[in-house]
Amino acid sequence: MRYEMSMDREFLLPASRRFILASFVVAVILEWLPWHGMALVLRPDFVGLMLLYWCTHKPHRVGIGIGWMLGIFVDVADASLFGQHALAYAVLAFGGQVLNRRVQMFSLKEQSVHVFVLLLASYAVYALVHWQVRGYIEWNYFLGSLTSALLWAPLTLLIQTLRRPRRNPNEL
Amino acid sequence: MALEDTRTLRFFNRGPSAVARLVFFSVLSLLLLFVDARYRYLESTRQVISIIIYPFQRLTALPGEMWDGASSFVSLQSHLVAENAQLHLQHDVDSAQLSQMETVLNENAQLRALLEVKQRAEYSVQAAQIVYLERDIFKRKLFVDVGEQGGVQAGRAVIDNSGVVGQVTRTYPFLSEVTLVTDKDNVVPVQVVRTGLRAAVFGSGNISELDLRYQPVDVDIQIGDELVTSGMDGTYPSALPVARVIRIERDPAYPFARITCIPLAGVDRHRTLLIVSGVPTLPSRPTSEEALGSSVRLKKSSLRGAP
Repeated sequence: MRYEMSMDREFLLPASRRFILASFVVAVILEWLPWHGMALVLRPDFVGLMLLYWCTHKPHRVGIGIGWMLGIFVDVADASLFGQHALAYAVLAFGGQVLNRRVQMFSLKEQSVHVFVLLLASYAVYALVHWQVRGYIEWNYFLGSLTSALLWAPLTLLIQTLRRPRRNPNEL
Repeated sequence: MALEDTRTLRFFNRGPSAVARLVFFSVLSLLLLFVDARYRYLESTRQVISIIIYPFQRLTALPGEMWDGASSFVSLQSHLVAENAQLHLQHDVDSAQLSQMETVLNENAQLRALLEVKQRAEYSVQAAQIVYLERDIFKRKLFVDVGEQGGVQAGRAVIDNSGVVGQVTRTYPFLSEVTLVTDKDNVVPVQVVRTGLRAAVFGSGNISELDLRYQPVDVDIQIGDELVTSGMDGTYPSALPVARVIRIERDPAYPFARITCIPLAGVDRHRTLLIVSGVPTLPSRPTSEEALGSSVRLKKSSLRGAP
């Protein structure tokens, strides 16, 4: 029962192209705020999280290509190597797409665990590239995937509330 | 479940499957990574994209600027009076020292002329505001708001009022990327003020630590020794403060002493930095094969051979 309910609701909630774009802009701005010190270590990957949200909820709209493009922009802003974030986000988007219905079958708490694994994979890709090029890994970096996963539930609830007024109330 | 998903996905998408897309974009990323890391062919693409994202970058710096503006707006008059008095005092002290300095400079110039030594390098500075600090914990980098439009070139040294901050490593039309001296394995050639010993400090990746590597266990360095740039590399002008020694471990089991320093420049303390320009380029090396870092490598090997 729960499976059907959540599935239907997720698929019927509309999301205009403008809304998706706006959500990414907000995520990018949050990510680029002047985080510093410990806050920087614990900073959630807002862009990755937003990408994962849209990949799991609207896999036909937002996919690997968009994730990759987003990664290129982040790479330039971050002064990382070209393709470093792009690769990580492509992997993340792929994970989100493949698991899109499976993730939605679960409650938010169980979803967070799935999301954590996906984020960890994407973080690992980023760190792996860095290790290949520069020869060392900062293990602190992976803490960010944990805080990101913790943010999954609030983010989902927030976006769903923002999307809700536009849906047809007779349907559900 | 997952299998079924991919199948329906493919059916509705009428495009290549998710796996095919992933492979395509991964290969593309790896290609870009390889080209960027090895050859740096993509700088112009980077410039174009940087112009697109520039408004967003300024937007994200806005809260900090607004906070600064607001806090200066509401600062108490008594604070301002006290600060003003202190600045006046500092100014008097400085100007007294400056006049002394001028006589010393004149004297020095005369002496140098007598000895027929080349004049010490003169350099000018350009003020720049920090737009934002490093973006992820792998990098010790920051961005300042003066770019190619302001005449900045990659390779310029960046200082603040208390010491060397780092070096401009990449320029965009309106921004410059500065790599801090604390960036992992970033090297600054230095000189110990007390003894004149030349050495090189390496970034440790930790924001508040620098390592003075490849010094023998019995080297004459004490805690509190100040390190200034030696000006040997042509990037940093000479005699700029870099770091102070805070910890020395002399373990005879290792060939080198472990010497830890703290950087003197405080990146997190103020928003304005100075970009040094007009450092004269050194005459080219006789053997141009060996790159800049090789001097350090040579030193390492010679030291290894010595004890």
